[in-house]
Amino acid sequence: MSGNPDKQTKGALLEVDDLRVTFPTRTGLVQAVRGVSFSLGRERLGIVGESGSGKSQTGRAIMGLTSPQAQVSAKKLSFDGIDLLSAPPRERRALRGNRIAMILQDPKYSLDPVMTIGRQIVETLRTHEKVSKAEARERALEMLRAVQIRDPARVFDLHPHEVSGGMGQRAMIAMMLIAGPELMIADEPTSALDVTVQLDVLNILDKLVAERGMGLIFISHDLRLVSSFCDRVVVMYAGKVVEQLKASELRDARHPYTRGLLNCMPRIGFERHPLPVLDRKPEWAA
Amino acid sequence: MTASDAGSLSRREWLLSERPASRMQARLGRAYVAWRRFTANRLAVVGLLIILGLVVVAALAGMLAPYSPTVGDLKNARLLAPSAAHWFGTDDLGRDIYSRIVYGSRWTLYVVILVAIIAAPIGLLVGTVAGYAGGWTDAILMRITDIFLAFPKLVLALAFVAALGPGIENAVLAIAITSWPPYARIARAETLTVRNSDYIKAVQLMGASPFRIVLRHIMPLCISSLIIRVTLDMAGIILTAAGLGFLGLGAQPPLPEWGAMIASGRRFILDQWWVAGAPGAAILIVSLGFNLLGDGLRDALDPRSGDQ
Amino acid sequence: MTAALSIERLEVVFDRFRALKGVDLEVREGESYGLVGESGSGKSTLLKAITGLAPVAGGAITVNGKTLGKTRDKAFYRDVQMVFQDPYGSLHPRQTVDRLLQEPLAIHGIAHGEKRIERALDEVGLGNGFRFRYAHQLSGGQRQRVAIARALILEPSILLLDEPTSALDASVQAEVLNLLEEVRRRRKLTFLMVSHDLAIITHMCERLMVMQNGEAVETLTASQLIGHRVSEDYTRNLLRASEGFVRTA
Repeated sequence: MSGNPDKQTKGALLEVDDLRVTFPTRTGLVQAVRGVSFSLGRERLGIVGESGSGKSQTGRAIMGLTSPQAQVSAKKLSFDGIDLLSAPPRERRALRGNRIAMILQDPKYSLDPVMTIGRQIVETLRTHEKVSKAEARERALEMLRAVQIRDPARVFDLHPHEVSGGMGQRAMIAMMLIAGPELMIADEPTSALDVTVQLDVLNILDKLVAERGMGLIFISHDLRLVSSFCDRVVVMYAGKVVEQLKASELRDARHPYTRGLLNCMPRIGFERHPLPVLDRKPEWAA
Repeated sequence: MTASDAGSLSRREWLLSERPASRMQARLGRAYVAWRRFTANRLAVVGLLIILGLVVVAALAGMLAPYSPTVGDLKNARLLAPSAAHWFGTDDLGRDIYSRIVYGSRWTLYVVILVAIIAAPIGLLVGTVAGYAGGWTDAILMRITDIFLAFPKLVLALAFVAALGPGIENAVLAIAITSWPPYARIARAETLTVRNSDYIKAVQLMGASPFRIVLRHIMPLCISSLIIRVTLDMAGIILTAAGLGFLGLGAQPPLPEWGAMIASGRRFILDQWWVAGAPGAAILIVSLGFNLLGDGLRDALDPRSGDQ
Repeated sequence: MTAALSIERLEVVFDRFRALKGVDLEVREGESYGLVGESGSGKSTLLKAITGLAPVAGGAITVNGKTLGKTRDKAFYRDVQMVFQDPYGSLHPRQTVDRLLQEPLAIHGIAHGEKRIERALDEVGLGNGFRFRYAHQLSGGQRQRVAIARALILEPSILLLDEPTSALDASVQAEVLNLLEEVRRRRKLTFLMVSHDLAIITHMCERLMVMQNGEAVETLTASQLIGHRVSEDYTRNLLRASEGFVRTA
C-alpha cells in the first residue's frame, strides 16, 4: 500500500463513486443500487438500510459477487488504487479472499457441509499462500484460537453441522481472516445469532479490526447496533445513500428517514404507545 | 395505434392488475400470467397446436375421412401406393390409410384421456394421503406403490390384459393401473415439502379436518406438477397402447387403432412401407406434441418459479 | 382476575429431546404476557404445545377454565388463535386473501362471511383493495396484517404471537406492533407473545417470563425489567446485550 504513488490514496482503502447495479427483469430494468458513493479508510463503516435498500447489493458489487446477469457500473470503484471494474477476472479472484474478504449472514450456507472446518481454513490459506501442510494447520489452529474458540483442536476436526450457529460464524470469520485481508465486508454477520452470542462475535471482529488495521464494511438493518459498533454510518434508502454521518452523531441525524428509523424501534424504558411510524416520502427515493 | 389497440392494452392492464377487484379477475389474471409464460416458449405453442389439431381431427373425423375406416375395396384397391385418391395409400384389405388414421385419432384420444382420468386422481389421492398421514398409512401405501413400480410397465400391462382379455377398454385399464405409481410418488414428495409449512399449520389451527386439509390445501399444490408429468407421460401412454395393439392385445381388428395398424403393416414394411409408416408417423407427431406441451406447461405452471 | 390460560408442569419431548422441562405459567384474562429467551429456550415450543402442534408428554394446560386433553376440538380454535413468525411462509401461495379469510369461516360454518371478511380487512388497515390479491402480491408487513386478520376472524379471546415482527423491517415492525396493541385494546384480547427482543416484550407486555433451555429462569413484570430489578444473571446478560455493542478495551 505504501508503494502506491497515487495522491488520492491517503488513507482511502476503498473508493466508491456513483456505483450502480442494474438487474434485468421481465418487466424491464431494475436498479438495485442507484449511484452510491463513499470512501473507506482503515475504519469501521456501517451500511444501514431496510430490505430492498440495496445495501447487500452494494457489498456484493464491491466483492465482485453480483449475479452474472446484472450490470455493475461506477465512475470509480477502486481498492488500494486498483480499478476493480476493469481488473481482469483472475486478478479480481486473487484479490477476493486474499485482500478482500466477506462474511455472510448464515455460516450454514457459506461453509462447505462435507469438509471439516479445519480443512476449509487450511485450504483457504493454501490457495493464497505457499505454506507447508503442517504450518497451515498450525496457523489455522491459531486463527481458531484468535476467534475465541476454546478447544480449537476439537473444532478443527468437526463438520459445520456439528457446531452451533455462533461457533460456525466464528469459524467463518477465522476462515476469512486467515489470509490476512485488508478489507472485510460483513453482510449481517450476526443477524442469525442470539443476542448474547452476537456481542461475542462483534467483540472478536472489533479486536481483529483494531489489531490488524483492517477496513470493515458492516452491512446491517439494525441501526442501533451499527451505530454502537461502527465509526461511520452510511444510511441507504431505495438504492441511494440518504445520509452519511459519524456514528457518534447519529442522534443529530438530519434526514427524516434516519430519524424515523431510529425512532420507530421500541426501547426499554421509553414508553411510547403507539410507536411513531415512518411516513415514507416519495422524494426520498427520487 | 387504433381504438382496438387501446382496448387490448387496457384489458391487459386489467388482467395484470396488482389490485384485482373480484375473485374472477384474480383468477383470470393468474391464468393470463401463466399463459404468457407458456407462449414465451415457441416449441410449447407448436406442441399445443399439434394436440389441438388432434382434437379437431378426432371431432371432425366423419367429415375429414373420404372413405370408410373399416370397409375396404378388396378387389381393386389392395396395397396401393400414396396417390391423389389415397393420400397415404391403402392397406392389405384395400382400406384407405388416411381415413383409418383420421378415425384412429379418436382411439388415441380415447386412450390418453381415459388413462389420465383414471391414473392421475389415483396417484394424487394415494400420494397426498400417504404424505400427509405419515406413519403406517404412508408405509403401507408406498409399499404398494413400490410393488407396482418394480415391474416394467409394458410387462405389467401385458399381464393385466392377458388376465382381463384383449380389447381396447382392457388395454386402457391395464395402462392406467400401471401408470399411477409415479404420480403417487410425485404427489407424496410434494406433500412432504408442504405439510410442515406454516400455512398448513395455520389451517390446522383453524380446526380443519385432515380430509379438508388434503383436499383443499395440499392437492391444489400438487396438481400442477402432476399435470406436467401426465402430459409428458402421454407420449409413453400412446406408445404403450400402440405396443399392446401391436402385440394384438389392445384394439382388435377392424378398429383403426394406430398401434394395431403398424402391427398389420409390418409384413409389408419393405415393399409397401406406407402401410406401417403412416400410422408410425402419426404416433411420432402426437407423442412429440405432448412432449413439447409438457415442457411448456412446466415453464408455465412450475410452483417453484410460479410465485415470482 | 381469572386465568385465561394456565399451564402446570408442562413437559414436551421430541424423540428423546426434552424441549420443555416442567414449565408453569399463568396468564390472566385480558393480560399481555411475554416469553423471552434465545434459540432453544423452548419459548416457541410452549406456544406449539398449547395449540396441539407439539407432543405434550406431561403436565396440564387449562384454557378459560377447561383443561385440554390430547386433541383439540373445533371450539378450542375459536378461543385460541396464533400468528406465525414468518409472514412469507404462513400464507398459502395459491390462495387469494379472500380465500384465506373464508377458510376459517367455512370450517366453523359461520354465516355472513362477506361482511366479516370486509370488516376483518378494515380492522387490520388493508381495506377491500387487497381482498383478491395473492400472497406474492403483498409486502411482508401486508402479509402479516393478513395473518392477523385471519387469526381474528374467528373472534378468539386469546392470541398467541410467535415473534410476529422479527422477519420485518424496523419501520414495518412498529406499524404491526401498533396494530396488535390496537386490536387487543378494542377486542379485550389476551396476548401470549414470544420474542427474543426484550425491548419489544417490555413495549407490548405487562408481565414476562425469561426462559432458557426449556426451563423458566424467572418471572418479572415489565417495570421490574425496565428498572433492572432482576435477580438472575442470565436475565441481566440479556438486558446488557439488548443495549447494543459496548467497546470493552
